[in-house]
Amino acid sequence: MNIVVCVKYVPDAQGDRSFEDDNTTDREGVDGLLSELDEYAVEQALRANEGGEGEITVLTIGPDAAADALKKALQMGADKAVHVVDEAIAGSDAPATSLVLAEAIKKIGAVDVVMTGVASTDGVMGVVPAMLAERLGLPQVTQLSQLSFADGKVTGRRDGDVASETVEASLPAVVGVTDQTDEARYPSFKGIMAAKKKPVETWSLADLGVDAGQVGLANAWTTVENVTKRPPREQGTVVTDEGDGGAKLAEFLSAQKFV
Amino acid sequence: MAEVLVLVDHTDGTVKKTTAELLTIARQIGTPAAVFVGSNVDAARPRLAQFGAEKVYVIDNADIDGYLVAPLAEALAAVVEQASPAAVLLPSNGTTKEAAARLAIKTGSGLITDATAVQVEGDQVSASQTVFAGSYTTTCKVTKGFPIITVKPNVLPPKASQAGAAVVNVDVAVSDAAKGAKVTDRQPKQKSGRPELTEAAIVVSGGRGTNGDFSPVEEFADTLGAAVGASRAAVDAGWYPHSNQVGQTGKQVSPQLYVAAGISGAIQHRAGMQTSKTIVAINKDEEAPIFELVDFGVVGDLFAVLPQATEAVKKAKN
Ligand SMILES: Cc1cc2nc3c(=O)[nH]c(=O)nc-3n(C[C@H](O)[C@H](O)[C@H](O)COP(=O)(O)OP(=O)(O)OC[C@H]3O[C@@H](n4cnc5c(N)ncnc54)[C@H](O)[C@@H]3O)c2cc1C
Ligand SMILES: Cc1cc2nc3c(=O)[nH]c(=O)nc-3n(C[C@H](O)[C@H](O)[C@H](O)COP(=O)(O)OP(=O)(O)OC[C@H]3O[C@@H](n4cnc5c(N)ncnc54)[C@H](O)[C@@H]3O)c2cc1C
Repeated sequence: MNIVVCVKYVPDAQGDRSFEDDNTTDREGVDGLLSELDEYAVEQALRANEGGEGEITVLTIGPDAAADALKKALQMGADKAVHVVDEAIAGSDAPATSLVLAEAIKKIGAVDVVMTGVASTDGVMGVVPAMLAERLGLPQVTQLSQLSFADGKVTGRRDGDVASETVEASLPAVVGVTDQTDEARYPSFKGIMAAKKKPVETWSLADLGVDAGQVGLANAWTTVENVTKRPPREQGTVVTDEGDGGAKLAEFLSAQKFV
Repeated sequence: MAEVLVLVDHTDGTVKKTTAELLTIARQIGTPAAVFVGSNVDAARPRLAQFGAEKVYVIDNADIDGYLVAPLAEALAAVVEQASPAAVLLPSNGTTKEAAARLAIKTGSGLITDATAVQVEGDQVSASQTVFAGSYTTTCKVTKGFPIITVKPNVLPPKASQAGAAVVNVDVAVSDAAKGAKVTDRQPKQKSGRPELTEAAIVVSGGRGTNGDFSPVEEFADTLGAAVGASRAAVDAGWYPHSNQVGQTGKQVSPQLYVAAGISGAIQHRAGMQTSKTIVAINKDEEAPIFELVDFGVVGDLFAVLPQATEAVKKAKN
C-alpha cells in the first residue's frame, strides 16, 4: 500500500507557548517537535505496510524547522518525505491547510491511504482530516481507536460519547487514528542512520499550483482578533494529612457551598 | 432577521442541555432554527420550542446514521441552502466537529471549534476559545461565508423563551460519494447513572494513585452528585473507560469544582481541567505539580482522605 501520513510540527507543550504580535503562534520561542499524536499515525502506517511493497511518504506543511518532524518520522521507518514550505502559508487556517495538503497529496499521486492523527497538539481542532476527505472526495474513516486493513478495505472502531461504532470503507480513504491505538515505536539506531539517506522533497505553493491568495494569515476565513493570557492560578491552601485531612477537605467544600 | 441554525444534540428525541444553551446563544444572533437529524422529533419539539426555536428542520434519513459524517454534512448543507443562515452553531464533539469541517469547505465558510463563549456586537459574531492547555483565551471572527461555530457545554445558563417550533421537513438524498464509509455495528455506551462528564457541575477524577481501585473516588463523587473522571494513566491501565478520560486527548471539563485524586498534574491532564472554577487535589507527593493549581490541597493518601471526606460530607448533609 502507498500511504501518505500527514504530520504536523508543533511547539512543545512542555514549553511556554505564546503568540506573536499578529496573533499567530510563536514558533521561535519554544522548541518544536513532531506532534505526539501524529506518531500514532506514523506507527499505524508502518504496521499497515509491514512486509508490503508500498511506500510510506510523510507529508508536512510548516516552516523550515518542520523538517525535524519529517526526520523523526523517517527515523521511525517511513520511506520518504515531502515538506511544503512557503512564506505565503504562514498563519493559514484549517481550510487553507487542508487545501495545501490535498494538493500535495494529489501531486504525490497513487495513494491508497491518507493517514492522519486525531488532532494537532497546538490548534487541537481535529478537523483537518475531515476537510481533507471532503476536498479529495475520499471516504473518511477517522478517530479510530483500532484498525486493520484487508482486501482493499479498512475496518476500524470509532468510540463516540454515546456509542462505539465499527466502520469500514474501501480504499483509497482518509484514515485517522487516536492515541488509543498502540504506542508508537522509538527510532532504533539503525533507523536513525538509515533516515539520513532517505529522500526529502521540498515543494513551494507554485510547485502545487496553489495561488498565494488562497492561503496565509491575510486570506484566512477566520481571524484571531484578540489574545489574552489567563492569569496563572494562585496556589490556595495545602494541608498535610495528619489523620484529619478528609475532614478538612469536607470543611473547605462546605465553606465553598459545594455541600 | 436571518435564521441561526442549531444542530440538535439528542438521543432518540431526548434533547441534551447543550442544545438549550446553543438556542439561547442563537437568539442573540438572529432567529433560532433547530436542525433535528434522526427520528422521534415529537419528543424533542417541546424542549426546542421552550428555548426559542421558531422552526425545526427535520431530516429523518437512515443513510445519515448508516454512514460516517459525510451524510450529516450533506444534510446540514441542504438546510443551509434552504435557510441562508446568519450562522450555524453545533455542539462540540468528535462527529459534529467533523461535520462542521466538511460544511465549512462545502460552503466556503470559516470555522471556529470548541468555543467557550459567543459574543454578538451589531451583526458581528465572535467566539472565544481557551488554547495552549488553558493558558490563553483567544477571540476569533469568521471573515468568509457565515460563521460555523462548535460550542462547548456549560458556556452559559440556558434561558427559556417560548416559540413555535414549526416543523419543516427537509428531504436529503445522500450522495453515493458520502456513502463511502459505512457504520456496520453500533454498541451503545453503558450508562453509569452519574452526570455526564462534560456537563457536570462537579467532577471527581482518579489517577494512577488509585492503583486500580476507583471505589473511594466513586463514593466521594456520589456523595457530591459528581461525575467521575480519570487520568490517561488510569485509562491506559484499563481501570476506567476512555470516555471518562480528562485531558488533552480526553474530555475537556470546566466544572464548578474539580477534584483530582492520585493525579500528578501533567500538562496534558491540566489541558482538560485547568479552567475549572475551584480545584482540589489529594496526592501523597507534596511536590506533585497539580498542587500549583489548587484552591485546596491535601498531601496524603487518597485511601485515607477520600473516605473520611465522604463521611464528613454525608454528615454535613444530614
Ligand atoms: C491556538 C490555535 C487556535 C486556532 N484556531 C483556529 C480556528 O478557530 N479556525 C481555524 O480555521 N484555524 C485555527 N487555527 C489554525 C489551525 O490550527 C491551523 O491552520 C492548523 O494547521 C490546522 O488545524 P489543527 O492544527 O487544529 O489541526 P487538526 O485538525 O487538529 O489536525 C488533525 C491532523 O491533521 C494533520 N495536519 C494538521 N496540520 C497539518 C500540517 N500543517 N501538516 C501536515 N499535517 C497536518 C495531522 O495529521 C493532524 O494530526 C488555530 C491555531 C492555533 C495554534
Ligand atoms: C500526546 C499526549 C496526550 C496525553 N493526553 C492526556 C490526557 O488527555 N489526559 C491525561 O490525564 N493524560 C494525558 N497524557 C498523559 C500525561 O502526560 C500523564 O502521563 C498522565 O496524566 C499521568 O497520569 P497520572 O497523573 O494519573 O499518573 P502519574 O503521573 O503516575 O501520577 C500519579 C500520582 O498519584 C500519586 N499517588 C500515588 N499513590 C497515591 C495515593 N495512595 N494517594 C494519593 N496520591 C497517590 C503520586 O504521587 C503521583 O503524583 C497525554 C500524554 C501525551 C504524550
